Amino acid sequence: MDSVIEIENLTKEFDGLIAVNHITLNVGEGELFGFLGPNGAGKTTAVKMLCTILNPTSGSAKVCGYDIVRQRDRVRECIGIVFQDRAIDTFLTGKENLDFHARMYHLDGKTRQKRVAEVLDLMDLRGKENMRISECSGGTQRRFEVGRGFLNHPRVLFLDEPTLGLDVQARRNLWDYIKLLNEEEGITIILTTHYMEEADYLCHRVAIIDHGRIVAIDSPEKLKQAVGLNLISLQIAQDSSGSLVDSLKQLSWIKKIEARNGSLELSIDGGEEKIPELIDFADNHGLVISSIKLYKPSLEDTFLHYTGKTIREEEGSVLEIWKAWMRRSGGKR
Amino acid sequence: MQVIGARRLIDPLPIYTMWLREMKRFLRVKARVVGSLLMPLFFLAFLGLPMSFMPARQIPGLEGIGYLDFLAPGIVGMTLLFAGTMSGASVIWDKEFGFLKEVLVAPVNRFSVILGRSLGGMTTAIIQALVIVGIAVAMGVTLSGVPGFLLAILIMILTCATFTGFGLIIATKLGNLEGFMAIMNLIIFPIFFLSGALFPIQSMPPWLRYIMYIDPLTYGVDGLRGTLIGADVAAFPLWLDFTVLLILCLALATLGSYFFSKMEAD
Repeated sequence: MDSVIEIENLTKEFDGLIAVNHITLNVGEGELFGFLGPNGAGKTTAVKMLCTILNPTSGSAKVCGYDIVRQRDRVRECIGIVFQDRAIDTFLTGKENLDFHARMYHLDGKTRQKRVAEVLDLMDLRGKENMRISECSGGTQRRFEVGRGFLNHPRVLFLDEPTLGLDVQARRNLWDYIKLLNEEEGITIILTTHYMEEADYLCHRVAIIDHGRIVAIDSPEKLKQAVGLNLISLQIAQDSSGSLVDSLKQLSWIKKIEARNGSLELSIDGGEEKIPELIDFADNHGLVISSIKLYKPSLEDTFLHYTGKTIREEEGSVLEIWKAWMRRSGGKR
Repeated sequence: MQVIGARRLIDPLPIYTMWLREMKRFLRVKARVVGSLLMPLFFLAFLGLPMSFMPARQIPGLEGIGYLDFLAPGIVGMTLLFAGTMSGASVIWDKEFGFLKEVLVAPVNRFSVILGRSLGGMTTAIIQALVIVGIAVAMGVTLSGVPGFLLAILIMILTCATFTGFGLIIATKLGNLEGFMAIMNLIIFPIFFLSGALFPIQSMPPWLRYIMYIDPLTYGVDGLRGTLIGADVAAFPLWLDFTVLLILCLALATLGSYFFSKMEAD
């Protein structure tokens, strides 16, 4: 696979605090790649360096084959960026903002009109293009920003927390547009997020990042598999689970059985295909299953597995941030 | 893929784009258009008009003309001072509201970015100044004639560029919005009051005159007076006003755009 982004030992320090700590990875052409981690993990800093807004302290990276420090302008020509904070002129209309962007990227009049029309269609913004940005909803503003990001046909589009602050419905919508961009326009997309379900739903590959380090990189499925087995929760109509447990132990794909609140939790080696097998098995033993449910490990569990804490614990705690800072700066002194 | 533009110092399309944005933003906020004209109008109507009824024939610098004739170029200069400084300083708003990032990551030379932006701000400032000239004429001020008027536009451009550069320096060095208005007022009002816009520099004692000599707006106002009203009303010869303004405007605009090119996006 051709690499669009090659990162080698990229590091950024701010006054002794190491925000990004020797990250190395490649992203292939057409990939939808995610940085997943809590606030302050270094995702945004990493993306800012790749977008040429920040200079790295050490290490190097290439975007579209161009060095992010020495060939800034080249990099800028081949990327699109959607910033975490709003970066759109609220006094202008959506269309005027798109026109502005197109001209700044040297698109000629004809190409500009064609591209703006395409963007409006693709992002479903028809009928809103002449509204002032200040009068648009948060979701619409964000869609204009994402649309603007790929207006100039970038090879790589960076999305820094694209759905932050959006309601559930707007977020769902935006996800579908992001997928569409990746599939229809073939744009390589790098996104940062601290939403598990976002990374899970969108990304081909995810890098879990914590305290500036990458702790794992893989597809969401593989990351989840690495954490452990699927779980089946089972309820039996009659109270005869004692004998059932013994007979279930005969099945080799059941790795662990736990009785909890009147139901059985089975750790299984396999997926949905085991459900009919289990029902047949119960039938043969004269038992009736009243409910059965399969649980797959979430990325949340994955994060917990790799970092030892859940993403939410990490977020709110001032103590944790302070400890992280001490840990990082302590290493230097 | 367009690659030529990025390294060009003067890049016409982005310059035009930045100019267009300033124009649109200016025209869109009706309250601001009206508001920016209100203060100069008040000065002319409530200071200039009453003062012109007072006998002031003996004051050096005011001989032979009405106070309103004397004041009008000063108020045009004030308009340029306020609008120019604000135009340069409004970079800080772009930064605060995040739009600066969008501009700074574009593959465009930063000098072109700030040139287009400043030209936009200057265009709106000079339109305001011309409206004030129109209002003054409607109130009875007599202009020197067409050549003087054309020269006055040149002085307006130089004055405006000087203060745009000045505003840009403040914005890039200050870096954030806190205390910004306070600092602006602290600097702008002394510049205005000490420029000779309201009283003739010729009738001041030497110590005050020397302070007024270091005020850039003194030369703008004097130049406007010499061109718009008549050479005999000005304190300095026109070539002196012109030369001082040209040097100041080149120095401040260059320094301002240099600071801007070094500015961090956030």
